[in-house]
Amino acid sequence: MPGSTLTRLQESFPEAILGTHSRLGEDTAILKPEALRRVARFLKEDPRLRFDFLMDLTAVDHWKRKPRFELVCHLYSRSNNARLRLKAPLGGASPEAPSLTSLWPAADWYEREVFDMFGIRFRGHPDLRRILMYREFQGHPLRKDYPIDKRQPLVGPKD
Amino acid sequence: MEVDFKGTPELGFFASRLDDVVGWARQYSIFQYPFVTACCGMEYMATACAHYDVDRFGAGLPRFSPRQADVLFVVGTISQKIAPVLVNVYQQMCAPKWVVAFGVCTCTGGFYDNYATVRGIDHVIPVDVYIPGCPPRPETVLQGLMMLQEKIRKEKQEL
Repeated sequence: MPGSTLTRLQESFPEAILGTHSRLGEDTAILKPEALRRVARFLKEDPRLRFDFLMDLTAVDHWKRKPRFELVCHLYSRSNNARLRLKAPLGGASPEAPSLTSLWPAADWYEREVFDMFGIRFRGHPDLRRILMYREFQGHPLRKDYPIDKRQPLVGPKD
Repeated sequence: MEVDFKGTPELGFFASRLDDVVGWARQYSIFQYPFVTACCGMEYMATACAHYDVDRFGAGLPRFSPRQADVLFVVGTISQKIAPVLVNVYQQMCAPKWVVAFGVCTCTGGFYDNYATVRGIDHVIPVDVYIPGCPPRPETVLQGLMMLQEKIRKEKQEL
């Protein structure tokens, strides 16, 4: 049932939920980042919800908006065939979020990718280093302030 | 030294330049190394298999060690991260050696105008034949192969 998960979340964590919406059958909850792991554990372990599958974890750079970054997680419950989107706004020059690797091992490489592309650090991640770009690469290419034509070649002319 | 051909009239002979003979032999004994990184690989396989059959041009036996190859087929997008590997593979090939850029990504970077992609492999290694297309049709590949054969035949042969 769309919406019923959100109602349960709001009842259980009234202080951590910044907002919710349910559009076209898709549920979204916006959380305070510091509550992310707590809420995620509840969603995974609650016997009626059982969101056992982390389908995606990514981020958005809203650039001039404050807070600048937004972490996005897509969860799936195999037993209820239900989906839920979690969003957490992250601000500051060095954005940080709690790692979800202890709940879903799948979060490991997603978080490394988000770190590589956006420079968001995950507290409690076992091995937070670049996953796509090479070690010598400077900066985070999916940040909106990364120059669109800036290349950092390892060999050949430095164009 | 004088050679007496009178004793063997049934074995004909012809005179030629050594360069021409060696070039003629080399153009039909192309051992290629396929450096396949992306979707062009499918088109490469289609060209190499029986329907289009590069074996008709003496290029039917790919070698999977660069040390046994004459022609480096670079097939697919080359990222900044893989570029040092490509250079390493090229440097391991014995002379005489040739390079074919297969597909528009290897020629110019294609539409990948971003932080991750090398804008043409000629930034890192010399190229003999460019085969454009996204991906190139097998006929285009065969034309490129024949152009390479002509180039091999006509050049000064290092022995």
